[in-house]
Amino acid sequence: MKRYIIKRLGMMVILLFGLTFIVFGSLYLAPGDPAEIAAGASATVEEVERMRVYLGLDKPFLVQYGNYLLGLLRGDLGTSLMTRQPILDELLVRLPNTLNLAVSSMLFACIIGIPLGILAAIKKDSWLDNCLTTVSLLGISVPNFWLGAILIIIFCVNLRIFPTGGMSEPFWTPLGFKQAFLPSLSLGMQVAASFMRIGRSSMLDVLQSDYIRTARSKGLKEKVIIFIHALKNAMIPIMTQMGTSFGGLLGGSMVTEQVFATNGIGTYLINAINQRNYYAVQSTVLLIAFMFLIVNFIVDLLYCVVDPRIRYD
Amino acid sequence: MKRENQVVVAFRKLLKNKLATFCFILVIIELILLIGAPLFTKFDPIEMNTIDRLRPGFWAASDPRYLPEHWLGTDELGRDIWARILYGGRISISVGFISTAVGITFGTIFGMLAGYYKKLDNIIMRIMDVFFTFPGTLLAMLIVAMLGIDVKNATIAISIWSIPSFARMIRGRVLQIKEEEYITAIRSLGATDFWILSKHVLKNALPTIIVIATMRMASSILSIATLSYLGLGVPQPTPEWGGMISSAKTYMYDAPYLIVIPGIAIVITVICFNILGDKLRDILDPSLKD
Repeated sequence: MKRYIIKRLGMMVILLFGLTFIVFGSLYLAPGDPAEIAAGASATVEEVERMRVYLGLDKPFLVQYGNYLLGLLRGDLGTSLMTRQPILDELLVRLPNTLNLAVSSMLFACIIGIPLGILAAIKKDSWLDNCLTTVSLLGISVPNFWLGAILIIIFCVNLRIFPTGGMSEPFWTPLGFKQAFLPSLSLGMQVAASFMRIGRSSMLDVLQSDYIRTARSKGLKEKVIIFIHALKNAMIPIMTQMGTSFGGLLGGSMVTEQVFATNGIGTYLINAINQRNYYAVQSTVLLIAFMFLIVNFIVDLLYCVVDPRIRYD
Repeated sequence: MKRENQVVVAFRKLLKNKLATFCFILVIIELILLIGAPLFTKFDPIEMNTIDRLRPGFWAASDPRYLPEHWLGTDELGRDIWARILYGGRISISVGFISTAVGITFGTIFGMLAGYYKKLDNIIMRIMDVFFTFPGTLLAMLIVAMLGIDVKNATIAISIWSIPSFARMIRGRVLQIKEEEYITAIRSLGATDFWILSKHVLKNALPTIIVIATMRMASSILSIATLSYLGLGVPQPTPEWGGMISSAKTYMYDAPYLIVIPGIAIVITVICFNILGDKLRDILDPSLKD
């Protein structure tokens, strides 16, 4: 177990290293010039040059990259080219909104997707199963920004039940729940659909295995077999999917934040891209990918708890 | 004995499934409509017409503002929505197709090299792992941020974003194929690696490639729509389904159909490719199941 965690941590450090390289390198190769943007549109050539030296952009690539990594280790994500504020501070103000949206969508997806997937597996080939399979196909095919807009048209414009946007409170408070309901529904739908598909197929696999047949032949109740014996193993592929999906939710929240006018890191990223605020783009992308890495690391550790077989590999 | 091409056999099996046949026909009809767009509408998708602003479509046929020639209505700048759907679909489908094709070409090359050569496996797959740490369309967004916002760059972004998952799946398939006896037999006859890879491994990996390419078409079309919605894909005024939804945002109260119609176009297209991909997988390569 200890060795596994150390190995997994080492891999994470390597991935993180590769990640910073891609993020830093890609913007280094970008045709635009950060010095020009930082100096402003009316700056003279000398002012741009002075800005270039100030930002350290006159140094060779590896030196710049090294400085960037050292900065990251100190928690310095750079300074915004627009506001001249530390990017980390700007991100930390907005991060709770994004996490609020991603976590509430994940909960929605789990509550809806997993039970329906298992239900479809138990009632295999019935009309209910066919119905749920179709719904899940529809779920993975609907763009989340469109679903969000449609929900706004129905529930905010016509029925006036929910506010149109602006998630400001955590989703577990009454006001926050109301604010988070539609965004989570639109963002979580695709993930819920994928949980349904995977939950169904993994449950079907498990139900065909030998130990379930043994449990059945012992005369155990079907409920006990499904919820105590089968569910534990069927959850393993779903857990993998949870890790991947959380990344999808973080990426997707970039879009949903736009639909529901939420001031999260997604909105920040889109603005940064449009303003060619290179450092802000770099840092936001890095932060999101870093969170994704951490979540996958946690999921891998949870495996060891759920499935002891993995510890011995 | 003449062996029928496995792809042809699979296609015949596919057409035995009613739902898949329906989707296939729908895709064909859509392609005809998009390719022959000028034949199916007399309107220009970009030209503005301020007199005909926000005219409703056939659902409000009794409305005096309804004009039969604009059967899906007009948008906030008086442009015919049917024309914009047709011309916009051309872009969505071409970006989807090109990025899938580019992604699969490089994905297959990397996947085959990683699966076949043990020495390359670790390097290639670790690099792919780094790309996997960018969740969702984030990698595509980073690439667009770096290259600048236009259709070409969005296509490049979606292509690159597709490569890692293609490479991973192809590698998995190649690892299986490599172990089969006939490959050993061909090698012992003196075939070169290039010959084995290009002739035998590729041919056997083809069903897998077809399945994941069909599914990828669906997600590529979704991605270009998403990028355009965020203003990072196809710039205005060029019509594109996601961009159409984005520019309709401010008319949510007065003209919700501006949002509903392009979305239906996306959903129909994406669901058809998803269903076709699902059925093809069941026929060609059930091991890819989720």
